[in-house]
Amino acid sequence: MLHHYGDDARPIAGGQSLAPMMAMRLARPAWLVDIDGITGLKYIRVDGDRLRTGAGTRQRALERDALAGRSVPLLSAALQWVGHAQTRNRGTLGGSLAHADPSAELPLAACVLDAEIGVRSIRGRRRLRAGDLFTGPMTTALDADELIEEIAWPIWSDARAGSAFTEVSIRHGDFALVAAAAQVALDGEGRCLRASFGVGGADATPVVFPEIARTLTGSRLEDDAVAVAAASASTLLEPGEDLHASAAYRRHLSTVLVARAMREARDRARAQGAERVQ
Amino acid sequence: MTARSYRISIEVNGRVRESEIPARLTLVDWLREELHLTGTHVGCEHGICGACSVLLDGEPVRACLMFTVQADGHRVTTVEGLARQDGRPGELQDAFCEAHALQCGYCTPGMLIAAHALLGENPRPTEAEIREAIAGNLCRCTGYQQIVDAIEAAAATLAKRKVE
Repeated sequence: MLHHYGDDARPIAGGQSLAPMMAMRLARPAWLVDIDGITGLKYIRVDGDRLRTGAGTRQRALERDALAGRSVPLLSAALQWVGHAQTRNRGTLGGSLAHADPSAELPLAACVLDAEIGVRSIRGRRRLRAGDLFTGPMTTALDADELIEEIAWPIWSDARAGSAFTEVSIRHGDFALVAAAAQVALDGEGRCLRASFGVGGADATPVVFPEIARTLTGSRLEDDAVAVAAASASTLLEPGEDLHASAAYRRHLSTVLVARAMREARDRARAQGAERVQ
Repeated sequence: MTARSYRISIEVNGRVRESEIPARLTLVDWLREELHLTGTHVGCEHGICGACSVLLDGEPVRACLMFTVQADGHRVTTVEGLARQDGRPGELQDAFCEAHALQCGYCTPGMLIAAHALLGENPRPTEAEIREAIAGNLCRCTGYQQIVDAIEAAAATLAKRKVE
């Protein structure tokens, strides 16, 4: 149907983004294709070094899934900030990614973790990196007839890994003015093996900073080094301006929140190996 | 767009209701206008205020963000369904009255649904957990404190009743 009707049709699953858009007449699809009944899109399973989640999986189901919480803790941390229980009970993973709000939490988590997005249409299947999915505000690299089928989240199996998600919003549960997510892995001596961090709400899409993160490798992620990394990341952003926050304020928030997320992730990683080191 | 209508069957407050409806009818409009269950309120109509909250298969959801066809075959509980068998208000509703947890009453059905779902999952919530559970429901009168008090009181009453 999506192939047949093209841009006149929109798939609907949980409807927690599309229904408000329709209520406000920002979206007026002639055809709604209800994909919520496709049970084959609702699953959570660990497959080697990947947590595989069906696109139709409810946010709430993932939030409650102990296996997902253990294997990809950043995802659970991000979900706490997604809307409210009432919306997470309906909202789906694929829906949130396809909606591509630049300040939404799941797109940011997907970029920071370099998740792989499985996409399908009647023409076939393809896989995209999360960073390549988002091309602008509410805009993705998906064609009109394509559906997200699966999101595969890399599992960091390092002995000492930690992650954190934080944001500032006007009210709890609102979209973030700015959000930051970080994940780090440390060696037995507390030196950074690898790090990844990113910012949402401060540019047209979520932004990650692999080059800056690489400069932290080998360091002990002391507060000063983290602050420098956060500050240089913020200079690369091009934040928008609206009623709620100026561009300068969003840039400031980015610096503060990235540093906070990195410190929290580091502290969690340090705590993990603490017994072993002693 | 087509004017086609769809046959649906939804269990509402324990009773199966069948209906023939257009695809774009929201669940809250169906509940209020066809079933005349006007306890569920329509506030912002885009998922912010929580006044339209109902339980879908026991979980709180926004009835303004769902098309009725999407609830076909499911179980819906509205605020009317929270009363006791004999029609008197339930413990939670009593607690709202006693703690003065409402003034204008517009948000109250949504608050009751959110609180009911919370207590079902977590019978002895902390104050922070209560605030988190009702964070998706806006109240412009009470300042929330009495609502939190009411939910704490209801939790205590329900726990005491369980012990007896």
